[in-house]
Amino acid sequence: MTMRYFLLGFLLVCAMVVSVAGFRGSLSRRPPIEIFPDMDRQAKLRPQSADDFFPDGYSSRLHVPNTIDRSQPVMVGGKAVFPFEDNPLNTGMQPGTPPGATNFVEVNPLPITAELLARGQERFTINCQPCHGAGADGKGATPRYGMVVIANLHDPRIVRMTDGEIFNTVTYGKNLMQSYAMNLEPRDRWAVIAYVRALQLSRLATVDEVPADQLAALPPNAAPTTNAPPTNAPASP
Amino acid sequence: MSDIFPKWTNKLPAYLIVGGALVGSAVVAGAWYYFTPKYTRVGYQPIQPVSYSHYTHVEQLGMDCRYCHTGVEKSYHSNIPAASTCMNCHNQVLKDDPRLELVRESAATGKPIPWVWIHKTPDYVYFNHSVHVNRGISCFHCHGQINKMDEVQHAQPLSMTFCLDCHRNPAAFIRPVEQVYNLNWQPDSATKQLADGKKLVAQWKVQSLENCSTCHR
Repeated sequence: MTMRYFLLGFLLVCAMVVSVAGFRGSLSRRPPIEIFPDMDRQAKLRPQSADDFFPDGYSSRLHVPNTIDRSQPVMVGGKAVFPFEDNPLNTGMQPGTPPGATNFVEVNPLPITAELLARGQERFTINCQPCHGAGADGKGATPRYGMVVIANLHDPRIVRMTDGEIFNTVTYGKNLMQSYAMNLEPRDRWAVIAYVRALQLSRLATVDEVPADQLAALPPNAAPTTNAPPTNAPASP
Repeated sequence: MSDIFPKWTNKLPAYLIVGGALVGSAVVAGAWYYFTPKYTRVGYQPIQPVSYSHYTHVEQLGMDCRYCHTGVEKSYHSNIPAASTCMNCHNQVLKDDPRLELVRESAATGKPIPWVWIHKTPDYVYFNHSVHVNRGISCFHCHGQINKMDEVQHAQPLSMTFCLDCHRNPAAFIRPVEQVYNLNWQPDSATKQLADGKKLVAQWKVQSLENCSTCHR
């Protein structure tokens, strides 16, 4: 008899624990219980969290005015360029351009290498493709959700733009496009510009520029109509 | 001689043994089942101040993790983006939506959005995001399929044994570096994963670090 009551009570307690505590992995809105808290939470600052140490409560500090991050220089033609220098790499303008002037550099200060283009493609896919599209034609995903006026980067206006002016647009934004300076370091901005130039070139190329061993891969009606009439180009099969 | 012990006490040792065994195993089973991050952490899904959906942004729009989490490749900390990053699109998309009120306020005034931190390792764990994502450990391994989550939930226990499972045998998890941010990627099979993983481990000279000071300083 006693055993029966005991077993009943035991099962009841088990059922109660399971019904209150639930199962592993079940969704919970409450913060996790730290069963042995030991030194899990220490009196130290972790990034991007609230903390009373500073009066404004930010654990991640904003820049002290007129300072920059600890940084590595970018090598341009064998010369180290630091982020605080008045150099085309950082400004997109000729050195010594007074504030407010727009003395943009014509071409990318970095040598165009396969590595730079690959980096540019990767950064373009991350930062630019959502709006401008994989082909840079302004047909990304966001226009379908209400983004208006996305620039088509094959627009002759942009094709003719200097590299420095594109750098300026990426750095400071333009019209509805915001600044991407925080997302792309100067070297990455130039890499993206080099990749965009490659994309533009891909739509402006003529049959003459196709390497001879790849001509056979062209569809039969790929002859260009505008830029350069294929006078002496070998006929496509 | 009268009874000092009534007759039922004859059964007492048996009751104690059976009862003790039952209660003891229930306590052990309960501790095993509940006193682990598999129970305490997995499934944690707090209500965030802004109902941001990773599903919409990553799966539907095809955005890369690094559009917002810009620091993940460079820093030990994978940052929450500044509100200005949201405003790159939301200055036009859902421009006046009340759900984005906090984001607009934050972008205008610099007041932080009080996001709730979900994947919170203990303060004595020095996990470095950049060294993992740059060597073929995907967001997926620790955070699960974030791209399928409307609301983020804690997907993995992130316990010490969880870290060690991979540190002891990285080849079973490591993936091509171009698939790190593709959270839908699956290895073709476990054997192929192991074979390709071994190649990557050799190529990148990945060490199977199990020393305490790897994670604890």
